[in-house]
Amino acid sequence: MKITVNMNGAERSAEAEPRTLLVDFIRTKLGMTGTHIGCDTSNCGACTVLLDGRPVKSCTVLAVQAEGRNVTTVEGLATGGKLHPIQEGFHAEHGLQCGFCTPGMMLVGAALIESNPHPTEDEIRWGISGNICRCTGYMNIVKAIQHAAAANAAEKTAGVA
Amino acid sequence: MAVDTTEAAEAARQAMGGIGVSLARKEDARFIHGQGHYVDDVVLPGMLHMVVVRSPHAHARIRGIDSSAAMAIPGVIAVVTGELLAQHKLAWMPTLSGDTQAVLATDKVRFQGQEVACVIAETKYIAEDAAALVSVDYEPLQAVTTPQQALEPGAPVIRDEKEGKTDNKIYHWEAGDAAATDAAFARAAKVVKLSTYYPRCHPSPLETCGCVADLDPVTGNATIYMTSQAPHAHRTLFAIVAGLPEEKIRIISPDLGGGFGNKVPIYPGYVVATAASLLIGRPVKWVEDRTENLISTGFARDYYMDGEMALDENGKFIGLRAHLLSDNGAFFADAQPTKFKAGLFHIVTGSYDIPAAHIVADGAYTNKAPGGVAYRCSFRVTEASYLIERLVENIAVELGQDPVTTRLNNFIPPEAFPYHSAAGFDYDSGDYPRAMRVALDMLGYDELRKEQAEKRARGELMGIGVASFTEVVGAGKGKDYDIAGLRMFDSAELRIHPTGKGILKLGVKSQGQGHETTFAQIVAEELGIPASDIEVREGDTDNTPFGLGTYASRSTPVGGAATAVVARKLRDKGKLIAAHLFEADVADIEFDHGKYSVKGSPDNVKTIQDIAFAAYTNLPEGLEAGLEGVTYYDPPNMTFPFGTYMVVVDIDKGTGQVKVRRMVAVDDCGVRINPMIVEGQIHGGLTEGFGIAFMELITFDDEGNCIGSNFMDYLIPTAWETPRFELGATVTPSPHHPIGAKGVGESATVGSPAAYVNAVIDALSHLGITNIDMPVTSDKVWAALRSKGVTE
Repeated sequence: MKITVNMNGAERSAEAEPRTLLVDFIRTKLGMTGTHIGCDTSNCGACTVLLDGRPVKSCTVLAVQAEGRNVTTVEGLATGGKLHPIQEGFHAEHGLQCGFCTPGMMLVGAALIESNPHPTEDEIRWGISGNICRCTGYMNIVKAIQHAAAANAAEKTAGVA
Repeated sequence: MAVDTTEAAEAARQAMGGIGVSLARKEDARFIHGQGHYVDDVVLPGMLHMVVVRSPHAHARIRGIDSSAAMAIPGVIAVVTGELLAQHKLAWMPTLSGDTQAVLATDKVRFQGQEVACVIAETKYIAEDAAALVSVDYEPLQAVTTPQQALEPGAPVIRDEKEGKTDNKIYHWEAGDAAATDAAFARAAKVVKLSTYYPRCHPSPLETCGCVADLDPVTGNATIYMTSQAPHAHRTLFAIVAGLPEEKIRIISPDLGGGFGNKVPIYPGYVVATAASLLIGRPVKWVEDRTENLISTGFARDYYMDGEMALDENGKFIGLRAHLLSDNGAFFADAQPTKFKAGLFHIVTGSYDIPAAHIVADGAYTNKAPGGVAYRCSFRVTEASYLIERLVENIAVELGQDPVTTRLNNFIPPEAFPYHSAAGFDYDSGDYPRAMRVALDMLGYDELRKEQAEKRARGELMGIGVASFTEVVGAGKGKDYDIAGLRMFDSAELRIHPTGKGILKLGVKSQGQGHETTFAQIVAEELGIPASDIEVREGDTDNTPFGLGTYASRSTPVGGAATAVVARKLRDKGKLIAAHLFEADVADIEFDHGKYSVKGSPDNVKTIQDIAFAAYTNLPEGLEAGLEGVTYYDPPNMTFPFGTYMVVVDIDKGTGQVKVRRMVAVDDCGVRINPMIVEGQIHGGLTEGFGIAFMELITFDDEGNCIGSNFMDYLIPTAWETPRFELGATVTPSPHHPIGAKGVGESATVGSPAAYVNAVIDALSHLGITNIDMPVTSDKVWAALRSKGVTE
């Protein structure tokens, strides 16, 4: 069957079996490999994407469930050659090592500060607790999200001024 | 004015990005854009997909395999069985420990999850469907699930395919001096014992293992994209295992989503995918799922340890004994320095001046997945560190002494370095009391002891755990340390281009450690070329010099040393060119951070970039062109990182729940090249250590069914459980390393489990509880409290 999604702001279609998982649809049908597979049981969050702005684990969503909806992957974070604040934060605060969990972590972080612009450390830790990182011990991921939240706040203040 | 100068100097230092600068990582750009390139991202024209059929039994004879139903599915190309591989002499392969391992089972299966057949199909979904239809007729046999059972007389012989094999013994190994140790125990005023089990856990990098094998039937070229921490060693072993000509094999280890030792062994999937690509003439991709990773690839530990310390009347350690029993699973298959069957366990004397030690280790086959030494651990150093640090805690309890005092009384004194240990190591450098003092200050130790006393008086449970570990990392030297005969040197090739920018190619392979940044910083320091102008390449055997790879914290000790040495070679060649340009005597040429000058005229300089250009355009008579070189560095000794970790826990009496309130980690890994990256490594290790201490466990039922075979059962710390770490540092350079650095990647996993568990024991020892084996879960703590009548 033909499945069409709004992928990072552009309409994308591909033929896929009804049983195709969203993560496989993105990786193999659309050829976008920034979304990763880490566990198959919805525990690790490496496959996290945003579905209509909300984080979902794309190994646990069928591609057909995304029909006609907005999907955001790591490839959609930077716009017009400009990094998203969450990307800036991960680089500046050494929030990544091997990079495998990073796309999912950044998307969860981006959604978190979208809904809660000034999260506490506990709110950040709870917010990313569906995503596993094996390398960083989360210390710098927390800082990266705080960095992004601060940058967002500064930008908004500048916008008001 | 003076301030401006300092600021300018600091700005220049940051811009150069030499040693000591927390340079943001060069490799980040591709990862934050989702452009990392991992094995599963490799897509080749005509590529097929392979799925492995695995044994549901821990021990069973194979009566037959029927693949007709699988073959009937459209899109299935082949079902590969052991029988087919046997026709090509590929049913068995040699391991990195000198044993053999079944690629696909022919006679019987020896652990649950063992590879029995492989389905090759047009898509992964089709291959999965077909794999479920491969019918294997098993005759179940009695499973052996512990090494103790395995060594009992009459136990089923697991490796009965080995001619003359009548038991399940793998090795017996000893280190140290039995007679001297016996004498120490004979005159001991006190002996303290600890028996503990370091449970089976798993490295579980977030990216599982896999490969894409692409064998060109016309040219005979074999390109294998592979999750490999040691691509060069794997190329050589592939040549030996598969009988392929080595000059035709190219291993490409792309970005790795973590490794932690899990990507050192050669797994059957790699071999079958390669054989299938050869036989079918199309590329074949195999990427395991999480369960396959947990149940079949290199696990860690599963180590039974009995330690005992002899003390004199002053509480000084005078002798140490350790008896070890390791469960290596059905095949002795992990990477191991050939001469050291228990790895580097004999670092067990740790940070202490113990005049006599004797270590006896035995290994046994069981019906469990093969492995043992992986998981951020330099060959059993983790187990050794855990045993000695837990034992010292219990000694303090027995002596009624503060565990800090016990340690300070027995540390190898700073003036004793270089120090020859009773088990045979030559420690390069150390200052253990200093790291201890920094940790005590950071923690506010004395105040916390007061708080603990007050709480204890109220019946509340609080503990302070201490561990002062010493590691041994950075193998070789090559004369003593080899893997499958390959000496453990490592390499660096540096090419400075005419425009003064360069490329550095290494025999090691990053799995997230930030080599592209750190190693460029070494070149920046040595040659004065900004780190941003140095590209670092790893992982492609066609385009990097031979090296043994990245594991056991060896990249900086060995590959980092090679980088410094090759940079110095080029610096020296630069002097010859500078002498030519200055028309001066080479003996009068001076070099300082990228600037050549003639003695006495420091203001007239030629930069390293000028020299690089001249190396290709304006050379002295008789000098070879170019500014390139390669070094194979064989370290004269290991490096010995150390540190003191302190943990504060609060324990709920009613539930047994342990809460880590504080974790202070003071590490000394010698000179820190990029402090930010070093701290990131420590954060990661402390978290994995926390997971091992409290959560992570792979266990088996009596029939050998693996429990802990997915992330719902094998619990990995999330941000919510993970403690917040407070890091400190001391710097005691390694005297033999060109830049004074030691390894650090594994220090925190090695040192922290004992600190966490010691904190729990410190909270409970006054109740008579002196050991709880990891993982220290609430139910175990609760049961211990209940046994002492503390809770109902």
